[in-house]
Amino acid sequence: MGIVSPGFQGRPRSSAPDLPPGQYLTEDFPVLSAGPTPRVAPDTWEFVLTSETGAEHRWSWDELMRLPQETPTVDLHCVTRWSKLGTTWQGVSLDTLLDGVDTDASYALAHSYGGYTTNLPLDDLRGGRAWVVHTYDGRPLPAEHGGPARLLVPHLYLWKSAKWVHGIRLLVDDRPGFWETAGYHDYGDPWREQRYQGD
Amino acid sequence: MTELSYLDGNMLDGPLRELLAVDLSATTGRCDTCGMTGPMAGLHVYSHAPGLVGRCPACTGVMVRLVRAPERAWLDLRGTTYLQVPMPLEQRLRPAP
Repeated sequence: MGIVSPGFQGRPRSSAPDLPPGQYLTEDFPVLSAGPTPRVAPDTWEFVLTSETGAEHRWSWDELMRLPQETPTVDLHCVTRWSKLGTTWQGVSLDTLLDGVDTDASYALAHSYGGYTTNLPLDDLRGGRAWVVHTYDGRPLPAEHGGPARLLVPHLYLWKSAKWVHGIRLLVDDRPGFWETAGYHDYGDPWREQRYQGD
Repeated sequence: MTELSYLDGNMLDGPLRELLAVDLSATTGRCDTCGMTGPMAGLHVYSHAPGLVGRCPACTGVMVRLVRAPERAWLDLRGTTYLQVPMPLEQRLRPAP
């Protein structure tokens, strides 16, 4: 046994250096939802990328699985102030999905089964920072966490990581999504604490 | 896996009382999505979320969204065509005979 107890040296969780301002650490995985949980079977699931010209690129579940898979380990920061560190996922990078998509768009609007939407600058979906994920912690993503597949954009507040993702529209002009039209920040950088409009 | 439960529209009374003097649970609302008209107390309110989302019990269309920041609130009623609010009997002034 150590001479100094871990509790004596331990930092208070709320001041952990790897947490954005105003966040607290949680070990469980809270379930947040603005409506009934959509139940989408993988064999009927599809992902649709629609460019600003209306051109569509579609992937079925099997086609998504055949794309190069990545296993990001990332921290999650929810605007309701909990953060969960070191979560492991498996999915396909948006770089892979956007490869070969001809676009001059600057914005993206993700849309989900069930009607949820959220907007992001297209640049935030590139550069190895965003994925369509189907596996969490080594298991198929449960419906309450957005399964069969959700968007994962961990450098922004978690409302940007649309659960039950169905597609992304590429847009020339920014179009605010579900929470962004109800007072939440258009961008949502947790490290700048961009929770609400004007933050 | 359990379905997230929702509360009924009565729970909107407290949060909305900060903005509106109307007692919401006594009002009737029309869903702008499906046209169903019924007591606002009958909405399905999802509160495990960044804001309160009140949905039509018939079609699940969003009728009310309420986001509360420390010093501001946003109320979106675009999914509610109208609110019918009970009012005290109007005292009409009669002209003198």
